[in-house]
Amino acid sequence: MVDRRLIENFDWWILLVFFAIILVGLVALYSALYQQIQASATNNLFIRQVAWLLMGLVCFVGFLMIDYQKLKHFSLWSYLAVVLLLLLVPVVGTEVNGAKRWLSLAGVRFQPSEFMKLIIVLHLANYFSSHEIKTYPRLKEFVVPVLLTAIPVLLILLEPDLGTALMVLIAAMTLIYFIGIRLKFVLILLIVTLPMIWPVWNYALKPYQKERILILLSPERDPLGAGYHIRQSKIAIGSGKLWGKGFLNGTQTKLRFLPEKHTDFIFSVLAEEWGFLGCGLLLSLFAALVYLAFRVARRSKDRFGALLVIGMTGLILWQMVINIGMVLGMMPVVGIPLPFVSYGGSSLLTLCIAIGLIENVSMRRYVFHSR
Amino acid sequence: MMRSKTSQPGQAQTGRSDPDSLSDKLSRQILLANWEPTDEGLFQRQYLLLVGVLILILIIYVLRLWQLQILNGARYRYLSENNRVRLEEIPAPRGIIFDRHGIPLVENRPAYHLMLVREDVPDLDGTLEQVAAICGNAPDELRKIVEDNKATRSFVPLRLMADIDRDCLARLEARRLRLPGVFIRVEPRREYKFNGSAAHVIGYLSEVSEEELKKDEYKQYAAGESVGKIGVERGLEPYLHGKSGGRQVEVDAVGRRIRLLSETLPIPGRNLWLTIDAGLQRKVESILSDHIGAIVALDPKSGSILAMASSPTFDQERFVRGLKAKDWNEMSADPSHPLLNRAVNAAYPPGSTYKPIMELAGLQEGAINARSHLSCPGFFRFADRNYRCWKETGHGSVDPHRAIVESCDVFFYQLGMKLGVDRIARYAGLFGLGEKSGVELRPESPGLIPTSEWKKRAKGVAWQKGETISISIGQGFDLATPLQMAVAYAAIANGGTLWQPHVVGRIEGSHPEDVTEVGGRVRRKIPVAPEYFKMVQAALAGVVNEDRGTAKQIRMASIRIAGKTGTAQVVRMPDNVSRKLLARITKDQERDHAWFVSYAPAEDPAIVVSVLVEHGGHGSSTAAPLARQVIAAYIESEPNGPAQAEAAPVPASNHRPSSG
Repeated sequence: MVDRRLIENFDWWILLVFFAIILVGLVALYSALYQQIQASATNNLFIRQVAWLLMGLVCFVGFLMIDYQKLKHFSLWSYLAVVLLLLLVPVVGTEVNGAKRWLSLAGVRFQPSEFMKLIIVLHLANYFSSHEIKTYPRLKEFVVPVLLTAIPVLLILLEPDLGTALMVLIAAMTLIYFIGIRLKFVLILLIVTLPMIWPVWNYALKPYQKERILILLSPERDPLGAGYHIRQSKIAIGSGKLWGKGFLNGTQTKLRFLPEKHTDFIFSVLAEEWGFLGCGLLLSLFAALVYLAFRVARRSKDRFGALLVIGMTGLILWQMVINIGMVLGMMPVVGIPLPFVSYGGSSLLTLCIAIGLIENVSMRRYVFHSR
Repeated sequence: MMRSKTSQPGQAQTGRSDPDSLSDKLSRQILLANWEPTDEGLFQRQYLLLVGVLILILIIYVLRLWQLQILNGARYRYLSENNRVRLEEIPAPRGIIFDRHGIPLVENRPAYHLMLVREDVPDLDGTLEQVAAICGNAPDELRKIVEDNKATRSFVPLRLMADIDRDCLARLEARRLRLPGVFIRVEPRREYKFNGSAAHVIGYLSEVSEEELKKDEYKQYAAGESVGKIGVERGLEPYLHGKSGGRQVEVDAVGRRIRLLSETLPIPGRNLWLTIDAGLQRKVESILSDHIGAIVALDPKSGSILAMASSPTFDQERFVRGLKAKDWNEMSADPSHPLLNRAVNAAYPPGSTYKPIMELAGLQEGAINARSHLSCPGFFRFADRNYRCWKETGHGSVDPHRAIVESCDVFFYQLGMKLGVDRIARYAGLFGLGEKSGVELRPESPGLIPTSEWKKRAKGVAWQKGETISISIGQGFDLATPLQMAVAYAAIANGGTLWQPHVVGRIEGSHPEDVTEVGGRVRRKIPVAPEYFKMVQAALAGVVNEDRGTAKQIRMASIRIAGKTGTAQVVRMPDNVSRKLLARITKDQERDHAWFVSYAPAEDPAIVVSVLVEHGGHGSSTAAPLARQVIAAYIESEPNGPAQAEAAPVPASNHRPSSG
């Protein structure tokens, strides 16, 4: 029997914005994969993304049903399970382009690291909401959360998958920021790490390692790799002008000039075909989603719920900020996809679950169980 | 959800803002007793700061989009429609290979490839026909290349013709404006200064294969790149290869370059200086040219290989021009296996050249001493079988010196029985037999020195005592490469230092500081007393310089040579047939392999020469004269005393590159 208040408190606006972003994403992806779709109408990445989306919607509904409070009981176990999967990746993982990130289960490849994004939020939210921990915790109370974060981040870095490792780290940092970190801890951290940069840079790093970091910071140094992506991306975006070239009319992205156009650089496909207005629309939709999600977090009546929503929102928000910043040539090129838009099954599934959990907290904000 | 009793209900209350009545408050407090307090008030600051940052980021992004799409939109639209930015690879020149005196053995020359970008060609068939007419090719050949590459995308340049000649290049250049989509790509290619010389040491290049691309070693390689297949080209591939660069160019609608946008220069491969002496190498090759076999010359004071020849050799230029399947089949079906480096990758029974090692083992183990005398009646009887000496009449009473000088088989049969298979194997192992020498050339054969344990494992049967008799004279299961024998004799000549042989002396990069001197590495000091080495050295000198020595005919007035002949059985000798008879009845392919391993000058050895001639018959008649010619050629090339040419060896191993 579904409680009437559950329906009442369901945030229809979030669902609407979520669907709108998904729709914009499918339009952009269709265009980016148009050549593939024409080559084979039944076997292409677009169809696969739609299949993942349907699975994502099932997960979305599934994660609405369970009371999020019950997730607390699973958080430690699911954390341990995903860490175990991450440990399995170097042993039995599938290697693609020199990185071992995937596990294969019944013919379906998935990245355990993607699910770590969710699990780290869930488990840290659980940890921080235990009553022993006040807001603005003491330094020693950060030891456990730092370890909980460091272990998966290191495992993912070793795959190597800088982008996902970064996202797990950022999600954890968002929660730490919200639970409250005293300015003096931040200062201590800076005082300890900043003076180390100079000796590490001058003595510990080999020239090629330095070069890699410099390329990350200024892609122009690597005209054949990242620099080429950025230049092509800028041409694609700029050539969209105000109105864009129109659906399926992009030339820059239709041709091969833009590598990774269906994954990390999908935003430039949108920008080329839908122009400044299309980009504005997508940015507004993301802003609306973040606003609505934060409203859910502020209305939630317990710390766990609030932190869960904040963490999930943070995942979407920071991926969006980093991806678009990279495509616009304002941030280092790191492999982080644009949420809901870039091609990628595990990522899409993860994000659908994230939205499901946000709605979940929203629905149960006034529901008090007497046990 | 458990909530501890100590937490204060009041804290929960502060978060609520709409309490109406007292009862409402109370009931809420009771309900909240199962929940943690809300942190709404406390999170307020965090929200405000975060939302502020987000708004700032969004504004920056919108401004950036405005700048790109509105302010510069027209320029970018122009760029996207009228111009294209292309990525071109600049291949890295491979490292040059020099001999020890700096004479280039392998260099690079430019090769011109005719490339075609289908996307830029308005009339594909017409273009193919024109190109074919200019260069005198069959148009169908070109059409087939296009057909075969249908799956590759149309902007990827296809190589229509590789390494075209100058005439064709000139004619093409003159018509290039009328042939849109056609361009010439320049690529460095190998040029062998002495084609066929040191071919096995240098090796050859060929396109990286699909299986190789899957290996970690070739992770950085793209399909179509060249990799070294044998010799130092293979062994030092990571040093020679370099790193290709590339450039971003703006091209117009027909693919012509308009502007260079940015460029990364390739990093050339490192140059190699070999320890090979090109002059000596060619002399050694001509000395060996009438035979099938191998000659290795090395410096016993450093393990540097001065010359290494394997006959027959092969035409390296053939690989540069691109080996057709037919050529390849022809080469690999050749019964004389020209691609096989017989000095390193072919193992033969060492025959009597094994005897000095046996004798050193016997002396060190106390099985014999300088005054020992063993009798040789011409055969050794064991288990109802007669094991013959090469001299049917026998040597009579034989001491260790005479045993080597006259190469008495029966002496060593008896010594072998005293030592037993496993002690023999231990000493052979100390001299580097049965293990890879570690030279930079690959693949390398480890040879074989049997032990009783090996026999049990590999053959499933226990070691037979009679087999010990065979291995005592280097027959039976024993196998060694000409290089291994050279290294073992170098250790005898220098009094017990076993070197890791090497052909690379120096690796130099484009940066003046990027130079690595590769010294010899000592594998081990052989634990045999110096006086025993002296005894064996005297006996080896006797082989050439005493009147009863088996190689007395190669004696030279100018230099004292020391060495040992060897004859390796190819066909098992029937019990009751004499060797002389057998030699007469066997065919060429069944004749024995001839060995001669030597060093000179006997007093202060500067060069070790190991000669193997396949099916050459007797070591003394076939192999020894070749060794003599090599030593004579060496003295000619190093008139001021041979040792001076070599720099002091570097004993530590940390200067060696970790090849592979």
